[in-house]
Formats: sequence, structure tokens, C-alpha cells
Amino acid sequence: MKFEKVEGVDKGKIVLYALSTCVWCKRTKQFLSNLGVKFEYIFVDLLQGTERDSIMKDVEKWNPRCSFPTMVIGDSKCIVGFKEDEIREALK
Amino acid sequence: MSDTQNLFAKLDSDARKNGYFLNPDSAFTMELVEGLLANEKRFGHQACPCRLADGNRQEDLDIICPCDYRDADLDDFGACYCALYVSKDIAEGKAKAEPLPDRRPMKRDERQQFREKKAGTGASGLSHPVWRCRVCGYLAARDEPPGVCPICKATKDRFDRFM
Repeated sequence: MKFEKVEGVDKGKIVLYALSTCVWCKRTKQFLSNLGVKFEYIFVDLLQGTERDSIMKDVEKWNPRCSFPTMVIGDSKCIVGFKEDEIREALK
Repeated sequence: MSDTQNLFAKLDSDARKNGYFLNPDSAFTMELVEGLLANEKRFGHQACPCRLADGNRQEDLDIICPCDYRDADLDDFGACYCALYVSKDIAEGKAKAEPLPDRRPMKRDERQQFREKKAGTGASGLSHPVWRCRVCGYLAARDEPPGVCPICKATKDRFDRFM
């Protein structure tokens, strides 16, 4: 599975599940970049078949609604949607 | 004009004619329009850019923009799920569009129910059924919906039985 990696300050594992066409996803990705933290992201809409199914199972574990953006911090906290304050608080 | 500018101009003009408003943040709106065009290119239909589309038109019918959930989200949150369409207050800069939860049901039959609930239960004693265009609200009393909406040019599969 090809996660794109963005370098930055290591605040633990941050994974962003996003859609390539979704503007809220783009804003979230931009926000993380601006915060300067290290994270990885994947555009789920660009995956096909079993690869997509397997990633969607991971998304569903954290966010049963399977909506985007879904962000998982340190394998313990999930933030759904572009929630600036929540993200900033979680990454303090 | 580019394809993005053309589609933006059409959506903006249709919205104004039909009493809707596009998001006044033009950079934001243009990116959504690009998303719609990207989906049209890869799927053949303008699926919602902010939801994971299947690619099959029949599966995506409820999330072809404007989606079945737009009006309910405008009523409850002042914006559609993507915030492409917004309330008058947001359009005039009096309020800000915020991310909102997705009300699209996870299950297929619940999506159908959502649409049918919106379409009403049907009235008797009419000489013809009435079809409603889900895109612009146009009503047509005839045996079948029109092939193309005469008002907004939406295709036949965007019509629901209204009465």
C-alpha cells in the first residue's frame, strides 16, 4: 500500500485517509503541512479493487461512517473532518 | 474559458435561477468544480467530490451532484456536505461554512428509502403521475419523466415520482 510521506516534526504516527477530489481533505493535508508535523496520507479514491477494500476496512475501524478526511493519530485517536482546533489540540 | 470556468459559470447561473447559492469562497468552489470534472472524466458522471464514489452510475445515483442530501443539509447546516452549495447567509458572508457529518445512509436500501420519503407517498385521483427533478425542483405531470429536464437539462434518471 503506497502511503505518501510528508517529512516534519515527529509527533508519533499520523495517518490521513483522504480523497483526491475532496476540498476538505486538501485543507486538512495543507493544515498538517503548515503545522510542520510528520505524517503520511493516501488518496483512497485512486485505489482499486482489493487494495481499496483493504484500506476501507482500516478506515471503517476508526470511522464506521467511512467519510473523509479520516485522520488517525498514534493508532489511538481518530479525527473525522477538517477540524482545525481538534487537530491542533491533539498534536500539541 | 477553461472547462473549470465553464462548469463554474453554468453551476453558478443554474444556482441563481433556482434559488441556490454557491460558496462565495471562489478558490474553494473552483477546487470542488475541478473535483466534479475529475469525476466526470473517470466515471462519466459528476459524483460528489467529497464522498468515495463507486464509479458505477447506478450505485452513485444518490451522490451525483447536486446530491439527494443537499436540500436537507442546507436546511440543517446551511451548506451541503461539500459546501459547494450554501445558505444565503453564508453566500453573503454573514456566516461561515463548517464541515458537517455525512447523512448519506451506509446501506443501499436506506438510500432508496431516503429518496422515497422525499418523494412522498403519492396522491390518488390525478390524471397523470407527477415527476420531480431532483436537481432543480421542476415538476412534470406526465406518464414518464422527460428525457431531459427542460429547465436545468438534468437527465431522466435524476427525476423522482413526486405525486
